[in-house]
Order: sequence, then C-alpha cells, then structure tokens
Amino acid sequence: MLKALFANHAVDPTHHGWPLVTVESGSWRGVGEALREGKLDLLALWADADAVCATLYEPATRQALSARLPVRAGKVGSLAQFHAPASRMERTIADLFGIEIVGLPDARPWLDHGRWPMRHPLAAAPDPAAPAAEYAFLPAVGPHLHQIPVGPVHAGIIEPGHFRFTASGEAVVRLEQRLGYTHKGIEGLLRGKSLDHAARIAARACGDSTVAYSFAFARAVESALQVYPPPRAQWLRAVMAELERIANHLGDVGAICNDAAFAILHAECGLLREQTLRACGSAFGHRLMMDRIVPGGVAVDADPAGLQAILELTQRLRRQFPELVELYENTASLQDRTVGCGSVSPGLAAQFACPGYVGRASGRAFDARTDLPYPPYDAAPIEPATLREGDVDARVRVRILEIERSRAWLEAALAALPPGPVRVPLDVAPAGPTAGNTQGATAGRAQGAALVEGFRGDILAYVRLDPARRIERCHLRDPSWLLWPLLEAAIEGNIVADFPLCNKSFNCAYSGHDL
Amino acid sequence: MRRRLIKNLLSSPCSEPPGASSAALEHTGAAVRGAIARSLGRSLAIREVDSGSCNGCELEIHALGNAFYDIERFGIRFVASPRHADVLLVTGPVTLNMREALERTYRATPAPRWVVAAGDCAAGCGVFADSYACVGAVGKVIPVDLVIRGCPPTPTDLLQGLRWLLDRDAGRRTRG
Repeated sequence: MLKALFANHAVDPTHHGWPLVTVESGSWRGVGEALREGKLDLLALWADADAVCATLYEPATRQALSARLPVRAGKVGSLAQFHAPASRMERTIADLFGIEIVGLPDARPWLDHGRWPMRHPLAAAPDPAAPAAEYAFLPAVGPHLHQIPVGPVHAGIIEPGHFRFTASGEAVVRLEQRLGYTHKGIEGLLRGKSLDHAARIAARACGDSTVAYSFAFARAVESALQVYPPPRAQWLRAVMAELERIANHLGDVGAICNDAAFAILHAECGLLREQTLRACGSAFGHRLMMDRIVPGGVAVDADPAGLQAILELTQRLRRQFPELVELYENTASLQDRTVGCGSVSPGLAAQFACPGYVGRASGRAFDARTDLPYPPYDAAPIEPATLREGDVDARVRVRILEIERSRAWLEAALAALPPGPVRVPLDVAPAGPTAGNTQGATAGRAQGAALVEGFRGDILAYVRLDPARRIERCHLRDPSWLLWPLLEAAIEGNIVADFPLCNKSFNCAYSGHDL
Repeated sequence: MRRRLIKNLLSSPCSEPPGASSAALEHTGAAVRGAIARSLGRSLAIREVDSGSCNGCELEIHALGNAFYDIERFGIRFVASPRHADVLLVTGPVTLNMREALERTYRATPAPRWVVAAGDCAAGCGVFADSYACVGAVGKVIPVDLVIRGCPPTPTDLLQGLRWLLDRDAGRRTRG
C-alpha cells in the first residue's frame, strides 16, 4: 500500500530514518482515504512554514514513511476530514503556522489561547495578536444535564489542563478536554540552536519521559548525520530507558490504586519507585537521568557501584513486586473499581494508532522496540505485553507485565553490557552512502527521524539541520496526541467519580503534548 | 492483605532523617523564616501549582509523600484548594496560557500566605525563559518568598526548603 501510493514520488536523499517523499494534493487525498480505511496509521502530522508533513505507518509491512505536501497559496487539504485523529494536529498547525487547512472539520484554535504576543508564532511572518475569543465547547443537549468544569489548576500535584464534563446525574455524557496550558513554545525555541543546547530543551519537553525524549532526539540527529553511537552507549541508553519505564509504571500502578482509595499499594509502589530513582541517581548522576543521552552516545559512562545498585534493584523487584501484584489481584473491592471501567474498544485503539500501554491493553500490539526496532532491542528484544479488555484493569495489568519484562531484560542487559567508549564525536565522516550528495551529509541540510518507545508510548522526533549543524526544524511528537482523545471516549457512560481512575490509567502527558 | 499489614506493623518505619541538601536557598530575608511557625503553629497546608513545568518538578514533589521522605510527619501536607492553603508551591516558567490561572489561584489563597518557587524554571533560569510563550520567573507574576533551585530539585532539596520556611530545625520548637 505504502509502496503503491508513493511509487511515482522521488525519495528525498537527505532524509534518513525512513523514507521522505514530496507529494501533491492528489496523493494527499489518497493518504486521507487510506487512513480512513484503516490501511495506514497516522504517526504524526506537523508543518514547516511552507509544507505539512505526515508520518505514516503500514502495520501489514511494518514500514514507516513521511509524506511532505508543499503549501500552495497558504493552504493545504485536511486529513482530519478523513481521519479524526488528525484533527488536533491540524488545529495546532493552523495555530502555529497560520496555514489554512481546507476541509478541517473543527476550526477552533487548540494550543493558541489568545494569550501570546503574536498569532502564528512559527510562520515566516507572524501576525499581530488578536483578542482571544471565548472557546466554544461542544454543545450537549438533553434533559437533566449539568456541566462540571475542572481545571486548569487540578486538585492534586498534577499538570494543568481543562476538562469540561457534561453529566446526567452521576454519569458522564461527554468529556471535552481543552489543553495547551503548558505550551512553552518549544519548537520555536529549538530553531537555530546548537545540538547541545537543543538536546537540553528536548530533554525537558516532558520530564517524566526525559530519557525517551533524549533518546528519540539523539537518534534523529544521528540519523541525519549518519553517525553511529558505540555499542556500550546503545546498551546504556536502553538500560536508562527501561529504568524510566519501570519507575513510571511503578508510580502509575500505585497512583491508580490510590485513586480507588487503596492507599497501601500507592505506599508500597512508592517505595519501589523511590528505590529505582535512587539506583538511577547512583548509576547516572541524576535521579531522572536527565541530559544523560546525547547525540553521539551518552554523556558519561555509568558508575560501576551504580550499576551494582541497579542489579540489586532488579533482584529486589523480583522478590517484592509479585506480592504487590497478588494484593492487587486479590482485593475484590479494588477489582470492582478497575474492571469494566473506562473501556477503550480495540476498534478505536486501531483507528487512533493508539500508542503504548493504552493501545496494548486494547489489543493493538504495536511497540516501537519490536515493530520498528532500534539498537539494542534488535539484538535483545522485549516481548510486548498485549491484552484485549481495554479497561482500567487491563491498563494496570499491561504495566505489571511490562515491569516484569523490563526487569528481566535489565538483569540480562547488565550482564551483557559491552565495554568500550560511550560517545562518538558528531563530526565524523558519514559511514553510509549519501546518494546524490558527493560532498557528504554535512554539505547541505541533513534530515533525520526516529521513533522511540517511551513509557507511555512511541515518541517521534524529526530534525532538520542547517549546514552549520544548527536546528532548522525539530518536531517532537508525544504519544499523548493519540491518547488524550481516547480518554474522552473511555469516560463516556462512566460515573464522574471514576474519572480520576480513568485519567490515571491513561496518564497522558500535558507538557509533552502542549510543546 | 492482612499478612502485609501485620508485616508492616512489625517492621520499623522507612522514614529517614531529613538529609542535608547542598542546594542554596534564595529567600526574601531572614524575617520570612519562622514567620509561618509564629503565625500558624507547626503545620503547613500547601497548594501546588504547575504554571507550565515539564512535570519533572511534580515527580519530585510527589516523592515527598513517599514513606522515605514522609513529609506529613513534619506537619506539612498538600491540599486540594488554594482556599485551604497557607503556601503556594509553584513550578514552571509561567506560560502565558497559565498566567491568569496562577494569578487567580494566588488571589484565592487567604492571608497569611507565602509563595515558594520550586525549580529552575520557576526561578527564571530554566531553558524556556526566552520563549514567546512564557513569562519566566514566577516572581514576575506573584510575590515569591522562597526559591528552591534545581532541575528538578530533589526531594531532599524541597524538604530542606520547606522545613527552613517552617523553621523546623531539629530540636527547635516555636509556639504559634
């Protein structure tokens, strides 16, 4: 399908990671139709001042491809008119670049709340600010309905966002989200930055996924420059990524149970999470391992005593975590809350190319480590954990399986860690052939793309470097773009009091999403 | 469950003595220290506000509640509403989209109230400070009494700062 769709389009030789083709509006419509028919997944959709770009994935062949459509007279055709998951992405393109998306069903702004000093901040020539119109939440009509607005400041220690509930008695008739409160202008900030500076920004797009973001950014840059980190660095990166996955999953399992008022699991998981972070701090010098993965490898080698601490952690998890799992499974009052609550159908998960544990809990088996493998997972795979029930309980059980599998993988990885350097300089001559560019990849603009499996799902990074090796464009696509809409579907028909449970079971990113 | 509860009751607590943090505290002056203890006694209700952080600071603030740091044993707890709060703990570079929410939360906090800015973004020196979308330091929007730096500040850093504010040195007691 992918091959057929783009058979007549030239592949851009300066783009690495997967192919990039430039298309025209006819093929773009073809993409929309293929998405609507479920033949292709939409992984990401972003823009430059003069083009929009969609990254597509074909599950049947496990191939990815980016299609770039130039803007004509300030306009492009909408994919959202065919495929709902593209809607918020297109609204964001309109907000940031001022490109008119013809046929976009929902023309409301998304990230732009009318508070910036300009409109279309990333356009070639931004427009002056206009007074903010009131955001038009979708209407809900019917007898006995009331609205509950929640946020942006939420009750707990949590990121800000607005949830507009329409309820009939206790039952949620509709949840509509409004996000963008944590928009920091990251893509604008990245422009023109050196790779070191840009890496620090990318590491802070989403703090709980700092390792995975740095991993994706580094791989995209390395793709662009055709540079290959040494084996020890490849392994250390994955060690960090699996530690981040375990730490977050432990926190989530506890927090989900806490939202069902089962505090003891929150306390016990909190201990294990803290012990994980301390082992990370001991091995890598930072509890969250921020700024440790850099383009070219890792910033510093792991401390040997810290690696020993990680090994002891894996052994402690092996001893202690199964008891907690047993407690979760054998507490009837807790199961009564989580089973059957907040269900996401396999059909919706497939349509949205739903990433991570939410997708895998609803039967979508995709995991970037397995389906678009990257080192070291190509040599040392982790089996993805997939269930079908799609409820809160399934999302907890997928996390439990992933903790166990990552734990086992870590134990084996620590024994297999190769010696050697942990970083290569970025100005080595490109190792691979650069078709059509005899001066080497550094002579012109180099482009790279990568997909890395963060703890909540796949993170896509695209970079384009100018001849001076500065960022000309960088797009970081958080998995939450495809998760947030499904939360709206999951809560429908459930009681308002179950929203914290559903929300925690998704644990979507606000900051990663808002950019 | 019964087995676990009994086991936990019979073992010693996990709570550790509060560690020393090397992070320097920036504050508005010695007067703010102990002001809470003198006016409110020995407990503190904190409303946390994320004004656009990356969520890293929130993770470490959450950790204050785990059994190792056990912040509640110092009389410090987090509350759901600013109307119940003595202190606002603010993270993030104050995005323009969050500015109004931060200001309204501050106005909803009844006096006496204090503001702690946690993390480099809230201190004004984070990587997002120069963005079109951010104000910068929390102190540009609401008055700040204490800044705890870090990216993110560790739970030890945070605990040191909050205990300093409450004037909770070991062995000292202050009547409110």
